Parts: sequence; C-alpha cells; structure tokens
Amino acid sequence: MLNLIIIILTIILSFILQTSVFTSIAFGGIIPNLLIIVTASFGFMQGKKIGLYTGLMCGILIDLFYGNAMGFYAILYMYIGYLNGLFKKIFYPDDIKLPLVLVIASDLILNFMCYILQFLLKGQFQFGYYLLNIIIPELIYTIIIACILYPLLLCINNRVNKKENRGVDKIV
Amino acid sequence: MSPVLKRPNEKITIPSKYLLFFYTILCIGVMVVSFQSNIITSVLSNVMGSVVVPFQKGIATVGGYLTIKTEQLAELSAVLEENQNLQEQVDSLLIENTQLQQERYELTRLRELFELSNAYPEYKKTGARIIGKDATNWYSSFTIDKGSDDGIMLDCNVMAGSGLVGIVTYVGKNYSKVTSIINDNINTSGMILSTNDNLIVSGDLETMKQGIIPFTRLVDSSNQVNVGDKIVTSNVSDKYLPNILIGYISSIQTDSNNLTKSGTLTLAVDFEHLEQVLVLLELKQDLKENQ
Repeated sequence: MLNLIIIILTIILSFILQTSVFTSIAFGGIIPNLLIIVTASFGFMQGKKIGLYTGLMCGILIDLFYGNAMGFYAILYMYIGYLNGLFKKIFYPDDIKLPLVLVIASDLILNFMCYILQFLLKGQFQFGYYLLNIIIPELIYTIIIACILYPLLLCINNRVNKKENRGVDKIV
Repeated sequence: MSPVLKRPNEKITIPSKYLLFFYTILCIGVMVVSFQSNIITSVLSNVMGSVVVPFQKGIATVGGYLTIKTEQLAELSAVLEENQNLQEQVDSLLIENTQLQQERYELTRLRELFELSNAYPEYKKTGARIIGKDATNWYSSFTIDKGSDDGIMLDCNVMAGSGLVGIVTYVGKNYSKVTSIINDNINTSGMILSTNDNLIVSGDLETMKQGIIPFTRLVDSSNQVNVGDKIVTSNVSDKYLPNILIGYISSIQTDSNNLTKSGTLTLAVDFEHLEQVLVLLELKQDLKENQ
C-alpha cells in the first residue's frame, strides 16, 4: 500500500517538475525526460507488473495534458516499463551501470518510436536532423538528471521495502 | 502445485503478459475513440487537472518571479546603453509623429466622409499565464491557467503581443490546452494582407527554433507579393478570426508546378520565451452567425 502511494506521488511530482520547472531551465529548448527515468527505474527495481502500471500512468498523464491521441504515449511507456521489468533478475542495487544503460536504451527507444510513428509516417525523412537536435540532446540531459534522480529513487525504494518487510521478519 | 495443497483463499494473480496484452488493446481502443469524441478524456482530464494544475500554477508564479529578477540584474548594463540609443530614436520619432498626426486628422476626416467602419474590430480578450509546457521535445503545446470557469471555449484563438500563437484545443475547468501554430502537425490558413491572396502556413519542428516556418500554396499570378509582406489569418478559415498577424515573408519562390508559390515566414511571436498570452473570447463561428 505504502509502495503504491509512493509510486503515484513520484509520478505526479516528476510530471509537474518536467512540465513546469524543467521547461524554464531547458538548454536550447530541450527538456529532460524525468518520466522515462521513473518508468524504467520502477520497472527494473520492482518487476514487470509495477513497471507496466508505472509506464501506463506516466503515458496517460502526458496524453491527457499534451497528447494528440489519448493512449499513444500510454502504450509506449507501458511497453518500456514492462521491458525494463524483465531486467529485475540481473539488477543489483549497488551497481549503477545497468540502470544507466537501461535508462539510455529506454529514452532512445521512446524517441525512435515517436519519430517513426509521428514523423516518418508523415513523410519527413530528415532523420539526421531529428537525431542531432532532439533525440541526442534529450538523451544527454536525461542521463545527467538520471545520475541525480536514480539514487534518490533507489533510496526511497529500499526504505519502503524495509518497512513493508518488517512485519514478515518478525514472524520468521 | 497439486490441487490438494492449494490453499482455498489464495489470491488469483494474472500473469503480467496478459495484463500487457489487455492494456494494449484497451489503449488502442481509447485512441480510436478519442479521434471521434472527448468523452473519456474529459472526465479523466478534470480529475488529473484538479491534482496537477494547482501545483503547476504555484511553480509558474515562483518561476516567473525568479526569471524576472535574474533578467533584471543581467540586463541592467545593457539597458543603460540602450537607453542612450533610444533617446536619439525618440527625438527622431517625435518629429515623425507630428507629421503622422497631421495625416491622421486628414484620414479621420476622409473616413467620416466615406462612412468607413473601423477596419479591425476590437475582440474581447483575457490574459492568461502559461503554467506548463509539453512533456516531450517533439511538440510545443502548452497549458494555461484559465479554463471554462473564466469563459474560455474550445477553438478560442490565442495571441501574444500582436501575433497569433495558436488555438485552444482542450478546455478543462481550471486550465486549458493550447496547440501552437508552430507544431509540426498543424496547418493554418493565412492570407497576404496587401493582396488578400490565400496561403497555407504549416508548422515545422526543423526550422521553428530560428523563428521561421514554411508556407505553401500561395496563388500570386500577378507577382505582387514580396519579401517583408505581412501574413495574417484569412477570412476563409473557419476557426481563426480574420486579420490576426502571423508573421512576415522572409523568402519566396515559385513552385515547380509554376502555378503556386511557397517560401518561409518570420513569426511575429517569440515562441521560445512565451510566458503570458492573450485569449480572444470570441469564436469565428459566432462572428459568422452574427453577420
């Protein structure tokens, strides 16, 4: 229960930060993608199902406020959360390499899909431009933010785990 | 596990791959429905709007205050220098102004003679603050802090300064979503102010950072349109009020079909630094009905 509340609060807080605070400190008009960090992190920290729901909620938020069609980002984020959940088996809290690689991969996949589904299908083939001016800058900015945000999420996650498992420990 | 050992009150859990499949179908269904109607989104939007929007408003207020303060400090020296230049400009403009005023008297007198009504009707408008920008880097929609409670309706035109910014595409109770004309998937019907030739202004992600966007389908058989001409919203558009400035032509060339022309225009609004906008509270549909 506590876990659920924490996840929902984290998602809403990141969405607010991403749309209002980070837009005013954007470098060259590019904002970092906090929601992909949150989706990926909860995916590989807590498994497929939590990743799926986290992604779904992040996507719905974007769709509601800024999307063109309800459900588009919801699907993308949901799959990313689910795929990250597959890596729970090889995830160790002390290692920061795997989380960073996963966040990078998630952001890349998301933006590639955005380009293909919204721009390539419309006949805009200048992929090089979009890669250099949108995808790569967003990726770099997101990695920097992930280095700060991920340890925070991990810390919260560990605390929550400890609290929820305390009852179980006593019985054993 | 054999059925004998199974506890009677064990929780039924659905494997996540079935969940994934179920939600995928659901999302696709919702996507199809949302192209037709707003039923699903409007309920959810109002719920989420009441959670998220108050925070965004607060942050926008604080953020706006901080930006103003830092800008004030940084620009002080530049302003002093600019002041001197402007003083010279004021002198020259004053001379020009007196000349123009004389001409204006003449114009009003002539207008009265011709019984011409004012060329540009004054639209009722309200100011609004931008509280959130698009969460992705692909589009440039934004949310403003006024909604249906403040009289904003769907398809209201949005301006900043003297230029067109976009159109309201969703209205919540306390916020609304504005889709700007520089969005890659938006086309706006415009016309050249001097010749009344119609054209299509389309948003473009690639060039919008330089403040220019392309226009197409300009029919100008008599070659009267030049670089620097004003482009305004057209009379034939069914959503945009007529005669709102969009921008100025910055380049123009004849298409390969030799019938139409296309080119680029410099936008009248600085989309990178938008903070406040004006929402026109009149709809084109109502204007038509009144006429």
